Amino acid sequence: MNKLSNYQINYILSLADSTLILGQRNGEWCAHGPILEQDIAITNITLDLIGQARNFYQYAATLINEVEHKNETEDSLAYLRNERDFKNLLISELPNGDWAQTILRQFFFSSFMLLVFEELEKANDEQMAAIATKSIKEINYHVKWSSEWVIRLGDGTEESHNRMKNAIEALWMYTGEFFIPADYEMIDVASLKEKWLEKIKAVFEEATLSVPENTFMQTGGKNGIHTEHLGYILAEMQSLQRTYPGAEW
Amino acid sequence: MSDVIKEHIYKILEQVSDPEIPVLTILDMGIVRDVIRDDQNNIEIIITPTYSGCPAMDAIAFDIKMKLIENGYTHVKVTYTLQPAWTTDWMSEEGKDKLKAYGIAPPQHISSRINKILFAQEENIECPLCHSTNTKLLSEFGSTACKALYQCNDCKEPFDYFKCH
Ligand SMILES: [Zn+2]
Repeated sequence: MNKLSNYQINYILSLADSTLILGQRNGEWCAHGPILEQDIAITNITLDLIGQARNFYQYAATLINEVEHKNETEDSLAYLRNERDFKNLLISELPNGDWAQTILRQFFFSSFMLLVFEELEKANDEQMAAIATKSIKEINYHVKWSSEWVIRLGDGTEESHNRMKNAIEALWMYTGEFFIPADYEMIDVASLKEKWLEKIKAVFEEATLSVPENTFMQTGGKNGIHTEHLGYILAEMQSLQRTYPGAEW
Repeated sequence: MSDVIKEHIYKILEQVSDPEIPVLTILDMGIVRDVIRDDQNNIEIIITPTYSGCPAMDAIAFDIKMKLIENGYTHVKVTYTLQPAWTTDWMSEEGKDKLKAYGIAPPQHISSRINKILFAQEENIECPLCHSTNTKLLSEFGSTACKALYQCNDCKEPFDYFKCH
């Protein structure tokens, strides 16, 4: 396999893994949301994320099978790879915490992915561009929804404001790796940082919140070095396929 | 492909409905992108997903196959295409009328008009029950991926709005 297709496959898998793992995490809110409408909202977003992950895994499987003559499928890539093979951003695997933390994570993540997909839309890779265009339509709603919630909670009661502040403290250190390119990265992520910060700051200002300065940034996810939380997610998500290989609905 | 066969296949596809909104056929939805037949009589139906995670797509693909087999087309393949991305602009006028009669407010604007301004909502969404446009957004996300939840300020009825996409 040549280096270029190897990079391309790893990059597609990294996008697939981030969207799948965040989808799996958000899915834990199903029937546990603070109110019915928002329970429905977060699970709808989850459905979009899992759908996007499927598009990426299907495309990755096609490429792997072409260059490596294997027989991968979207399912084998999601259910049969090990922890160190997963390249998702660390923020996607963190426990949900309270509603504020879930909202803030979605806001950080979706605001970032919107910029990523806007880059991919311009890429030479036709299938990637098609997935990106499709995803952007959905992510626009995710960004809007999560932005509104950050403002609602940040500029809400003392309790909700404090919860938002705690969420920022818990999550900020996981945003640094968004912009540190892995060797397989197909777009210039470092160049997206300023635009992303601009968006975050604009919403934070309205939410009477502020961006932390000079904090330590944890990295590793893109290269398969994860927090202790990923193993537990995979154990739950993969147990059925590993126990009953090839099981279908 | 001869127009007669293509027309016949489209007639059959008219009988396949969206499992989540049974009053709409997949043609009303604008999901069917093309029908192709090769010289060995293999039929390929190309469809495009509405939302990436729409769980109805697998059911739709299955229903298409079954309906065509029932009508004597045995070699049927359903393939998905993402490009160009589906938009509510492709929904037929007839489809929009059917939606309204069913109690779901049809997409009101063209998709490029999605309002990204925070806390803004799509304006003048008509209540499918009393036809008042004095309505408010309850949630951008509704009972399925394609719908938002609105409420009528006049008759107080909550209703689904098929949001622009
Ligand atoms: Zn009404």
